[in-house]
Parts: sequence; structure tokens; C-alpha cells
Amino acid sequence: MNLIYTEEQKAFRREVRSWLEAHVPRQPLPSFDASREGFEAHREWERILDEGRWGMVTWPERYGGRGLDLIQWLIFEEEYYRAGAPLRVNQNGIFLLGPTLMEYGTPEQKSRFLPKMASGDEIWAQAWSEPQAGSDLAAVRASATRAGDEYVLRGHKIWSSRAVFADWAFGLFRSDPGSERHKGLSLIFFPLDAPGVRIQAIPQIDGETGFAEIFLDDVRVPAFNRLGAEGEGWAICMATAGFERGLMLRSPARFQVTARRLVELFKTCERDADPAIRAAVLKAWMDTDAYALSIYHTASRLNAGGQIGAEASTNKIFWSEMDIAMHKTALSLLGARAELSRHASEAVEAGRWLDGYFFSLAGPIYAGSNEIQRNIIAERMLGLPRV
Amino acid sequence: MDFRFYDEQVMTADVVRALLAEVCSSQDLRRLLTTGGAQDETRWKKLCELGLAGILVPEGDGGLGLAPVDFVQIAEACGYRCLPEPLVDNVGIALPLLAAFADRPGVAPYLERALAGEITVAVSHPINSYVPHADRDAAALIARDDGLHLVAISPKMLTMQPSADPFRRLHTIACDPGDATRIAGHEEAAIPLRQTLDRGALFTAAQLLGMAQRCVDLAVGYSKERQQFGRPIGSYQAIKHHLATVQVKIEFARPVVYAAAADLPHDDLHSRARISQAKLTASEAADLAAHTAIQTHGAMGYSWEVDVHLYLKRIIALTQVWGGPSFHRERVAARVFSAPLGPETTFARETDRA
Repeated sequence: MNLIYTEEQKAFRREVRSWLEAHVPRQPLPSFDASREGFEAHREWERILDEGRWGMVTWPERYGGRGLDLIQWLIFEEEYYRAGAPLRVNQNGIFLLGPTLMEYGTPEQKSRFLPKMASGDEIWAQAWSEPQAGSDLAAVRASATRAGDEYVLRGHKIWSSRAVFADWAFGLFRSDPGSERHKGLSLIFFPLDAPGVRIQAIPQIDGETGFAEIFLDDVRVPAFNRLGAEGEGWAICMATAGFERGLMLRSPARFQVTARRLVELFKTCERDADPAIRAAVLKAWMDTDAYALSIYHTASRLNAGGQIGAEASTNKIFWSEMDIAMHKTALSLLGARAELSRHASEAVEAGRWLDGYFFSLAGPIYAGSNEIQRNIIAERMLGLPRV
Repeated sequence: MDFRFYDEQVMTADVVRALLAEVCSSQDLRRLLTTGGAQDETRWKKLCELGLAGILVPEGDGGLGLAPVDFVQIAEACGYRCLPEPLVDNVGIALPLLAAFADRPGVAPYLERALAGEITVAVSHPINSYVPHADRDAAALIARDDGLHLVAISPKMLTMQPSADPFRRLHTIACDPGDATRIAGHEEAAIPLRQTLDRGALFTAAQLLGMAQRCVDLAVGYSKERQQFGRPIGSYQAIKHHLATVQVKIEFARPVVYAAAADLPHDDLHSRARISQAKLTASEAADLAAHTAIQTHGAMGYSWEVDVHLYLKRIIALTQVWGGPSFHRERVAARVFSAPLGPETTFARETDRA
């Protein structure tokens, strides 16, 4: 065990830091969920990142990356969040679909989709859940019917983040009409502006429209858009979910910035804070530090050729619950100002803590609810019986 | 940067784990309980034969000159088996302190015999109220205001304070240390004593981590066997979710304990905060694990027959020794409220220079 950065890693950090200092927008961008304008501003930021080849540092160079390892990715993320750089509007693409495409895609699919994903020219949404297939994702009913060189997609997808403004979606469809459960599913890409696609925005708890319903009415896409073999969609989705929960979606840096802000907030009202809140502030820092150490541990293992396993589930539970706890602590510190919306003149940090608290409440739900994660831990890590 | 144990560290820990599985099983503990003994000298002899006594003692003083990170998994394994004998206290905590003053009159013979496994040494540190297993130790390192003393233990010095943990024989030591017993003055003892506290807290955290995992494993084993409503109780989500919650706590205590071990030699604000964080998180995980294991076992969990109570009692003890939660929270606070925070500070002393 050696917890010291190499000279190369330190130099890499300096390089990232100076590039970000020169390029991160001085003013925060408008939300990518609230308006087309905000969405496009974030797309532009993706273009700038890509031009600097900072879009996805772990990707191979031929797809716009730098072929770096996961420790370097962590260093990049630390600097990225330290700099207060914009959230990644294409996270569904670059963090979830991208790695899966690299593993399961054909060379033609990789050259077709990865460069435009990296450049932000194509922003991706995920189309997995359905009204009757939430935690029970294998209950998917949307169908993909083979017709020559095409699939005809039909069905109703829901809770698709970014789908209102995004360009493409990767969806889970039943390609074998007689199949049940996990069998006979395929992962198929479709353009969100294709004939037969209708998008209906769903207002969220905070009033923004971060997710949407997608209605597919005989949407024709080439069979080329299927990732992996027909009927293998479930396994590929689970691999994607592993990346999502396990590592890429929520890098530790994001939470470490929250913990730092929380400590700063605490210092402004320390005199009035009760000891329980002080303990919660300290716990926030400790939890974010523990999460970072755990991810460094996982990254070291994966760098040495290991596979991500059940830590995908333990990570997801830990960060989602930690995020809620930190925001709740902040609201306690804010006292009467906790309820102030971003439009109130006395709102602290323009109501960011309340917005963050709302968003944190989604954490235990998306990317596989924490109840499902606990089942996975109990069954796959602890070996408890399924029935 | 590589957060994995090296091959030798893994192999050494595996050897200790295998031996403990063989000589410190539940049946072994039960046998000791029925005889009323606190320690098993046959098992202790086998542990000594591993040649670990000098693992943290410098090579120049006859030890192996290894680092805390080389011992942390061994301490974890001792916790996992609820080991009654003082491997961690003696080898992990006391002997490096003794070795720090190896050149002082009277110290060398004790160190030599301790490294040979013939005797054990106790530490009476101001942070702890009692000295466990002092009745088996040949000598005690006793910290007083005027410095550090090395005192040969005689039975009449000891007053036993029975612990609920049948394997922890707690004592107070009544003696009158003076110039003849002092091996270091107040100032020169200060840093070694601080480092002893750090080792104590760290290896206690490692034991707690091992105990937490054992509690989960015991509960998992039981819930796979125990049938109610025609199914193993472990197939119910109520049980699964409780145990998964504990496992999550363990998973996020473990890297903290390991990083704290790697950090310990830095002996700075950051290493002390991380050791304290390790102690806090491992205590919390162990506490929840013991409660959950008892609940999972139902009425059996409240019985003497199931091993969980042995863990519960040791966890209660270890949560308080080498600094309780409030002490360690303040050491974390010292770092959080005074040093820079943020994502670039995880391994702060390095990035400071980056």
C-alpha cells in the first residue's frame, strides 16, 4: 500500500488545474434541465472540454480521450469539482453508455457513436424504466420488432433524465415477443427526434423538468443501433448499471465539495449551532473522506485488472444517504432561512442547499433504488437466499 | 498511489488468519469459558511461534522493522476471532514503545525476552483507566507526569476489576514509580506516548472492524439456517436489509482503517484525524453489527449459547479504550476546522506540495 502520488500524477494534477483555471466559465451556467438555453450552454462546455481532450480522460485517444487510468481520473475529478466546473450534461452518455459501448460495441458502432458523444454533439438519455417496470426492470414491455434491417420500437418509457432536450436515447426493449423477464431483451439506440417519438416532460419536485416520458409509436431504427447480441440486453444493462452505481456517476469529489461548503456554512453560524449539528458536520466530512478512500481503493484494484462487484451497490447506498445527511445538516444550520427559495433576497447561496436537498432525495431512488441495492448486497455479498 | 496491500502483507495476514481459524474457533473460546480461564497458553505459544513479536520493533533493536500497515490486517483478524490473548496489545502497542527506549538501563533484557515470546509487557497510558491482562505481563510501561516508567509487575500491585468480557482481565496497578524505574523524562516520553496512543487507537479500530464483520457473518450463518413461516429468515427483506446496512458501514470503515495505518508514521494533524476517524467509524460499524446480529438471532441472540455476546462485550470495551468517541471526534475537529478541505485534500500532505 502506498498512498503517495507519483511525480507524474502530481504533474498531471497541475496540468488539469491550470487548464481548468483558464477555461471554466466565470459565471455558473443556467440549469440544463430548466431551459434549452441552459442545455445548449452545457453542450458548449462539453465541446470546450473535448477540444482540450478533457471530456473523458479514461477513454482511448482515438475516441477523444487520453487513455488514462482510474487514479488519474480521480485526480481529474478532484480538480474538476474544486474548480466548480459545470455539471456534465452528457453524463448518461459519457459515464454510462460510453464505457459499455467500448466493451460491447462493434468497431463501426464505436466510431459512429463515441466521438460525437465525447464532443457533446450528441447528448444521451437513458430509456429503461417504464410505468410498470421500475425496481422490477425485467418487467419491461416496450417492444422492438425486427423488420428486415430495422427494428420497429413501440412502447412507453419514463423517468428519462435529460430526455427533454437530448438527442439520443439508449433503451431496453423486448425483442423476443414470447420472452419473459430477463430473457429476450435488447439494448437499442434511437434518436429522440425520430418520427413516432413523443417526449412529455415531467415536472420534478423542484419544478424543473429534469426527466420525461418517452412515447414510441412505430419508431424505425436500423438494426445497427442494437448494442450486443439480440436478447443480451439485460446483461449489458447490468454492466452499465455497474459502472453507473459503482464508480463513474458519483465521483467522491462532488461530495467533498459539499462537505467543504458545509463546514464553511457551519463556521458562519457556529456560535448558535448545537453540539449535535457540530457532530453532524464532522460526520459529513468523515463520510466524504471515507467515500473517497473507498473509491481510491476500488480504483487501485481495477487498475490492477480487478472487476467491479458488489461495491457498485454499497457505494450507491453510501453516497446517496450521505448526500441527504449533509444537506439536511445544512438546512438545520440555516434555520428559518432553510425554506427560502432561490428568488428570496435573503436566501443563502441562492437557495442552493434546499435545491441540493431536493436533488439528494432522488439519490436513493435512481440508478436502482437502495432497497434493490440492499437485496443485491444481501444476496450477492452475504449469500442470503433469494426466496 | 496504490491502495492495495502488497503480496507479503496479504500473505502474512493469511497465515495469521489460518492459524486463528484453527486455534481460536468458537469451540476453543467455549472451552476456555467453561474452565474459567481468560487465556490459553497453548494458543499463545503457537501465536508466538509465528515470530511476529518484533514486527513493529526496529531491526536495530532485534525486530522486523515493519510498519503499522503491515500489522493492521493481523489486528483485524484478531478481532474477527475475538482473540483473548494480547497479541495486539503486546506486539502492536507495547513493544514498539519499549523499543523506543531500548538503550535505557534495564530495558534491553525485557525487550529481548518479549521479542523471544517469553514475556508480555503492559502499557498504562493516561488515556486508559485500566490495564487489561496485567496479571500475565512481566512488566508495565507506566506513564506518569514525570515521564515513563518500566515497572516489574508483582501480583500485590494489582487490583482486578472484572469486565463483562470474560477474556478481559482488567487491573489497576498500584505502585510507586520513582527515579529507579523511570526510563524517560516527561518531554522525551511525550512523542512516543502520543504515537502509542495512535497505534492503540488504530489497532483497536482494526479489531473492531474484524469483530463487526464476524457479527455479520454469524448473523448470516444463523439466518440461512433458521426457518420461520416455512422459509429461512435470511430470505426475508427485513433481515436482508438490516444486514446489508451493516455491511455498508463495514465497507466504508475498512478503507479508513487501512489508510489510517498507512498514514500513522507521518504523525501529523492529518494522520491523527484519520486514525481518530478510523476509531469512530469502526466503533459505529461494530456497535451496529453487534445489535443487528443479536436482533437477527432473536431470543437466541440474547442467550449465552450464541457467541454474539462475546463480541458485544468486547465491542463495548474497545469502543472506549485508547480514546472514546468524544476524544476522537475532537481530533477530527482539529483537522476539519483548521486545515484546508476539499477534494484535492484527501491525501493532504502530498497535494499541499503539488
